[in-house]
Amino acid sequence: MGELKLMKGNEALAEAIIRAGTDGYFGYPITPQSEVLEYLMASKPWETTGMVVLQAESEVASINMLYGGGGTGKKVVTSSSSPGISLMQEGLSYIAGAEIPILIVNVVRGGPGLGDIQPAQSDYFQSTKGGGHGDYRLIVLAPSSVQEMADFVPVAYDLAFKYRNPAMILSDGAIGQMMEKVEFFEPVPRLKDEEVKARYPWATNGKPVNGERRILTSLDLDPQKLEDHNHHIQEKYRKIEENEVRYEALQCDDADYILVAYGTSARVSLKSVKLLREKGIKVGLLRPITLWPFCTKKIRELVGQGVKGFLSVEMSAGQMVEDVRLAVNGKVKVEHFGRLGGMIHSPEEVVEALEQKIIGG
Amino acid sequence: MTEEIIIAGFGGQGVLSMGKILAYSGIMQDQEVSWMPSYGPEMRGGTANVTVIVSDERISSPILRAYDTAIILNQQSMDKFEPEVKPGGTLLYDPNGISRHPSRKDINIFKVEGAKKAAEMGNTKIFNMIVLGAYLKIKPIVKLENVVKGLKKSLPERHHKLIPLNEDAILLGMKNVEVVQEV
Repeated sequence: MGELKLMKGNEALAEAIIRAGTDGYFGYPITPQSEVLEYLMASKPWETTGMVVLQAESEVASINMLYGGGGTGKKVVTSSSSPGISLMQEGLSYIAGAEIPILIVNVVRGGPGLGDIQPAQSDYFQSTKGGGHGDYRLIVLAPSSVQEMADFVPVAYDLAFKYRNPAMILSDGAIGQMMEKVEFFEPVPRLKDEEVKARYPWATNGKPVNGERRILTSLDLDPQKLEDHNHHIQEKYRKIEENEVRYEALQCDDADYILVAYGTSARVSLKSVKLLREKGIKVGLLRPITLWPFCTKKIRELVGQGVKGFLSVEMSAGQMVEDVRLAVNGKVKVEHFGRLGGMIHSPEEVVEALEQKIIGG
Repeated sequence: MTEEIIIAGFGGQGVLSMGKILAYSGIMQDQEVSWMPSYGPEMRGGTANVTVIVSDERISSPILRAYDTAIILNQQSMDKFEPEVKPGGTLLYDPNGISRHPSRKDINIFKVEGAKKAAEMGNTKIFNMIVLGAYLKIKPIVKLENVVKGLKKSLPERHHKLIPLNEDAILLGMKNVEVVQEV
């Protein structure tokens, strides 16, 4: 067992980025995730692993650095917060179209616009439904503890490279700023150039031995070819939906009602489950870990098991609730309870919401 | 055991670092901990608070509206957090700068003259450790030896020479805590 450290979520993420064998981090500071770049700069990984840490001139520049770096088969990552992630959407769409594996981290703050610097979950639609233009998906992982901020970095990289698809860690200001204990995985060495060449035959990293040209692009002016390409990436998405759904179901086995929540909301809701169970109400927590692909099947299973109602608890005006409704498909009651603009529910408010909107409603 | 604590005062009083040392001490004795600051566009002299949870179990919500213990170090924090102490819970405060003293009848109330004692020791920076000592006298959730280990972890090496001073301050706080009301 490694040493236990007390760290902020942002710092744990930064340490995990170094340990995961990352080749390059390209970012631009923004609250509430500035500790990521600060920690990386203070750690000077270029002196140990050879990893590049670069403060780009803007978010637009950093996402395009990922496009280039990822295109050579290198492990590259950026992190930002909501307004900065909005700036990256064009690049993300290109990266998804060209099927380049990269990691992007969003430590969400209140919006819309510049909003504030407090935690929010109002970027769910943007993260899980595409975000930029065109038919594409990001693989989205939602940590709900400092430990998961670290653990999800290698998981996200593995998924990104397995499917040649951009992956996102969708966190929020609370998980980023709070400190908890964290135990790190053993460091993974960076891949050598010959290993990258052997592993990723698609990567544009020099003249191929067989002389065949490799082209990474999201542009194809022949609509038939572009339709074929779209079918290809859609097939890939169906595979991801089939194989990569992750969630945590707590006290769901005997539950009459389910709170569905991720990230900080899941932490708050777990306390609400305890308070409700003390009152004799059988409640469970379903915590989606991958927000896309979504745990649709598990929700249908719970409906089949006799669950009478679902409350989607989010720090948003009601985004994930749409996916819960699609899964439940009208069979039982689904409601949403949200706090907005950087406010966080108290566990007691969630208890009250379930009682009023689902049990009494 | 789960202890849910809010520590609240002015920025610069050492509120966040007191919470951090407490959290590290919990880790030193194999407990689960969380440290959730109020962060925001705040400045020196503004209010600062941190929620610390130390538990034998997995910690659920790091954000709370009801606390086992409130450690209160200024008037604004008294106004905000006295009502949020759980019935039967504990409120510890430094009367320095407090004009409206706590009035609830259903909670345990203690006070410690942290600011005064720190001034007497000639070092206002150890104020937060005096208050921490007072808290640990009331609720010995972490052992002093683990606090010292926690201090070693949370202070940079160059400040380790200050650990004995911090330890003295904790002991001073333990001696100077006064009971106002017990329920």
